[in-house]
Amino acid sequence: MRYLPLTDDDRNAMLAAIGVGSIEDLFGDVPPTARLQGPIDLPPHQDEMSVERTFRAFAARNLSPSAAPCFLGAGTYRHHIPAAVDHLIQRGEFLTAYTPYQPEIAQGTLQYLFEFQTQVALITGMDVANASLYDGATACAEAVLMSGRITKRKRVVLSGGLHPHYRATAETYCRFLGFHSVSLPPSWAGDEDPADRIDGDTACVVVQNPDVFGRVRDYSDLAQACHGQGALLVIVVNEVVSLGALLSPGEMAADIVAGEGQSLGNAPSFGGPTVGLLAARARFVRQMPGRLVGETVDADGRRGYVLTLSTREQHIRREKATSNICTNSGLCALAFTIHATLLGEAGFTRLAELNHGRACALVERLAEVPGVSLLNETFFNEVTLQLPTAAADVVERMAGKGVLGGVPVSRLLPAWPEVDRLVLVATTETNSDGDMDAFVAALRESL
Amino acid sequence: MAEPMGTISGNRGLQIEEPLIFEQGSPVKTAVDLPPANPPKGSDRLGSARRRGPIGLPGLSEPEAVRHYLRLSQMNYSIDSGLFPLGSCTMKHNPRLNESVVRLPGLGDLHPLQPVSTVQGALALIHELAHWLKTLTGLPAVAMSPGAGAHGELVGLMTIRAALESRGDPRKRVLVPESAHGTNPATAAACGYVVEAIPADARGRVDLAALRTKLGPDVAAIMVTNPNTCGLFETDMQHIADAVHAHGAFFYCDGANFNAIVGRVRPGDLGIDGMHINLHKTFSTPHGGGGPGSGPVVLSKELARFAPVAYVVEDDGGFSLVEHEMHSDGKPIGRIKGFHGQFGMFVRALAYMMSMGGDGLRQASADAVLNANYILAELRDDLSAPFPGSCMHEAVFDDRFLKDTGVTTLDFAKALIDEGIHPMTVYFPLVVHGAMLIEPTETESKASLDQFVRTLRGLAQRAKAGHCTYFHEAPRMAPRRRLDETRAARNPVLRWRPGSNPVTASKIGKAAE
Repeated sequence: MRYLPLTDDDRNAMLAAIGVGSIEDLFGDVPPTARLQGPIDLPPHQDEMSVERTFRAFAARNLSPSAAPCFLGAGTYRHHIPAAVDHLIQRGEFLTAYTPYQPEIAQGTLQYLFEFQTQVALITGMDVANASLYDGATACAEAVLMSGRITKRKRVVLSGGLHPHYRATAETYCRFLGFHSVSLPPSWAGDEDPADRIDGDTACVVVQNPDVFGRVRDYSDLAQACHGQGALLVIVVNEVVSLGALLSPGEMAADIVAGEGQSLGNAPSFGGPTVGLLAARARFVRQMPGRLVGETVDADGRRGYVLTLSTREQHIRREKATSNICTNSGLCALAFTIHATLLGEAGFTRLAELNHGRACALVERLAEVPGVSLLNETFFNEVTLQLPTAAADVVERMAGKGVLGGVPVSRLLPAWPEVDRLVLVATTETNSDGDMDAFVAALRESL
Repeated sequence: MAEPMGTISGNRGLQIEEPLIFEQGSPVKTAVDLPPANPPKGSDRLGSARRRGPIGLPGLSEPEAVRHYLRLSQMNYSIDSGLFPLGSCTMKHNPRLNESVVRLPGLGDLHPLQPVSTVQGALALIHELAHWLKTLTGLPAVAMSPGAGAHGELVGLMTIRAALESRGDPRKRVLVPESAHGTNPATAAACGYVVEAIPADARGRVDLAALRTKLGPDVAAIMVTNPNTCGLFETDMQHIADAVHAHGAFFYCDGANFNAIVGRVRPGDLGIDGMHINLHKTFSTPHGGGGPGSGPVVLSKELARFAPVAYVVEDDGGFSLVEHEMHSDGKPIGRIKGFHGQFGMFVRALAYMMSMGGDGLRQASADAVLNANYILAELRDDLSAPFPGSCMHEAVFDDRFLKDTGVTTLDFAKALIDEGIHPMTVYFPLVVHGAMLIEPTETESKASLDQFVRTLRGLAQRAKAGHCTYFHEAPRMAPRRRLDETRAARNPVLRWRPGSNPVTASKIGKAAE
C-alpha cells in the first residue's frame, strides 16, 4: 500500500492522542446496521508491475490508432501533439494543483487560463471566452441556455448540420429546463436554411462550421436574419484547427461560440476528457456560465490574476446561479494553450492549410475508387463519401484490414436509413501518403 | 539617499516575473516545424468561408515557450508541493502510475467512434470500473458518462424527474440541507425544481424534525451530502431514507465526501437512490488546476432505466455500446455529453483502485478519518471547534478563537501561505461562522500533520497576542500579495488586448522599492 504513509506505530500514537482505542471508535457515528460487516468483495492491492501488466492487456485488446492508418473524425480529431505539451502538463505544479481559490499561490494556473481565454477569443473572433467547460457538446447546451437568459425566450432552433451528439445533449438540457427545441432534419444534402425557422420567440439558432458532414459555410446572412428577429446566432466549432483557415464565427457576426478544443494539445482518449470552449460578445459576459479569470493588481500594485464574476456562480448564489457547473477542464485547457502557443500565428495557419491540403489530396485520390462519390461542395479536413453499399459494413471490413477508414453516418444517425451508405472521412497532418495508399486500397477491397 | 531595496527586474531570486505570451515573441516565429503542405493544384475547397485576415496569436520558439510554462508552474502550489488541506476537495496524492498507463498506445489514442470490435479492451475496462463502483456503493447500476461531479448531480436529478414523470407524478420541490455543497441547490434549480433549505441541528446534522415537516406529496427529492460538509456522518440516514420514501420521493446523495467511508459504508445500504462519485477526488485522478473531472452516478434499480446514453453492455460476444435512446431497453433521459464519458479518468481511477485493492481502499478511509481526527484533537484547544465529538475525514473549526483579535478567518488563512502551506477551505460550510474546513486525506504522513499542527498553533498564539498587522499584511512571501478581487469584478479585464496592460518598468520599480 505504497500510497499510505502512516505506520502502525503512527496510527497507535495518533489514536492515543485522540483518546480512542481503535479506528472503529472513530466510526462510532455510523449506526452499526449501516457498517459493512466483513471485507469488501474486491481483489486485494497489487504491486505496480502487476497493475501495469493489466492495463497493457486492456490496451492490447484494442486497435491502436497510432498503429493503424486512421481517418476518423466526427468531433474528435487525431493531431500531432508536440512533445513539449505533454512534458509541461505533467509537471506536478500543474497536474496536481486545484481550483485557484488562493490566487496568491495559484498565479501559474490563473495566468495560463487568462492566456487561454485570450487565445480562444482571438481564434473564434469573439470578445471574451471562459476558462473552459466539460466538452463541446455540453458547451453547446450551455450556449443554448445562455441565449435563453439573454433573450428571455425559450425556443431554440438546432441545425441538421450539428453533430448528433451535440444535438442530443442540447435536446436533453432543453427538455429538463423548459426550453422548446426545434431540430431540423439531418442536412446531408446541404439544402438547409435555418433562417426560415426563426420567429419572434426564437432565442437562438445553433449551426456548426464545418458542419457534421464536413461542409464549410459563411453564416453572415444567417446572423443578420437572427438579429432581425432579436434571436442570437450560436456557431459550434468542433474542429478548432479549421479556424486557422476559415472566417471566424466572430467575423460572421455570431453572438456565442461553443466549441471543442480537443484538437489542440489533447489526445482523443476515447472521447474524454476534452475541453469545451465558450466565447461570446462582451455584453453577454455576466450570463456566461463557468469560470472566468480576470486581471487585477495586488497590494503592492503588481499585475495579477483572480477568478472573477463569481457572483454568477453556484458557490455564491446557490439556487440563483447561472449554472451548476463547478469543475472546468483546467489541465486540458493548459494542453490547448501550450499547443496554441507553440504553434503561434504562423504555425496555426500553416497547420490548418496542411490539414486542408491533405483532405484535398485524399479527395483527388478517390477518383481511383469506382462507385465512391463525394457529397461535399466545400470542406476543411473532413468529407462525406457515398458508397455503393452499407458504410458500417465497409468500415468494419476495412478495420479487419487494419485501416480505421471513417465513421459510418448511421452510427450517429441510426434513425435515418437514408444515410446508410454515407461515411465521414477525416484527414489531418498525421495522415501520410502511405496512409492514403492504405486507405484507398482497403476501401477498394472492402466495397 | 537611501539604498534601493528592491530588484531592478521585479524578480526575487528564483521568483521570476513572467510576462504574458502576448508580450513576447514575434508573429513570424513558431515552435512547431510542420511538413510541407503540397496540396494538389487549384484545390482550395474552402469556398467563401476562407479566412481573410490575421488572428493575432503570438509566436514563440520552443525554448521560449517551455521556459514560459515552466516559470508559470513555479507560481503554483500543488499537492506535489505539500499539504493541501482544502476541505471538501479531497486533495490526495496523484500516483504517476496512473499517468503512465493512461498514455499507453491502445488507450490514450483511441478514437471514440472506432468500430466497437476494435475497442473491446476499452469497453472491458469501463465495465470493470463500473463493477468496482457498484460493489463499493452497494447500488446495482452506474451511469458512467457525466463529465464532473456537478454534472453527475444534474444527471441524477434528471433521472429522478424522469422517474417521477413516468409514474405520472411530477413534483415541484427539492429539499437541500444548509450543509450541502453549493452545487446541490444550483443543480436542483437547473433541473427545474423549487429549492427549499433544511436547517442543521445543534450537532451540525440534518434537522430530522424540520425535514419531516417539509416533506409532502410535491417533494421530488432530498439531496444530502454524507459525510456532510461539517465533516460529520449523518447518523439519521436510514430514518431520512424511510421518511423520504414514505412520501414517494427520492433520496439523492452528494458523494463528494465518499473518501471517508469507502469500503466501510455502502450508500446503497443507507437507502440512497442515487449518488455521484467524483473520481478525481475519491480515486486520485489529477485535479489539474480545476479539472477535468469525472462524475459517474450510481443508481437504484428504479432509476437505472433512465440512465443516459452512452453506456456499455456485456453480451455473449463481448461488449457493446448503447449510444442511442432507440437502442436502449430502458427509457434513457437522453444524452448529456459527447461520446462515452471521461475515459482518461476511468483509466486513472481503475489503476488507483487496483493498486489499492479492496483492503487498501478500506485502510485509506480509516487513515483519512484518523488524520482528520488527529488534527481535530490536537487543535481543539488552540482553535475553536463548533461541534463536540469526533469527525469523519475533515475537521471544521470556527472563528471564535479569533474573537477581538482583529484577525479574520481570511487573514489567518493568508498567513498560512507564508508558512509554505496551502490554506484550508474558508467560510465554508456556511452554517459555521468564519469556518475553516481541514481535510488532510490519507496520503499525509504523521510528520507532515505534526508540522501543520505546530504551525496553526503558532499562528493562533500570534493572533491572540495581538499581532494583527502581521496577519493583515499576509502573504508577504508568495508570488503575489493579496489581490484586489473587487477591482477585478467591477472592471472585468478578461483577456489581453494589443497595447493593453504591459508590465511596465515603473510598476515593477514601484513595487520593488
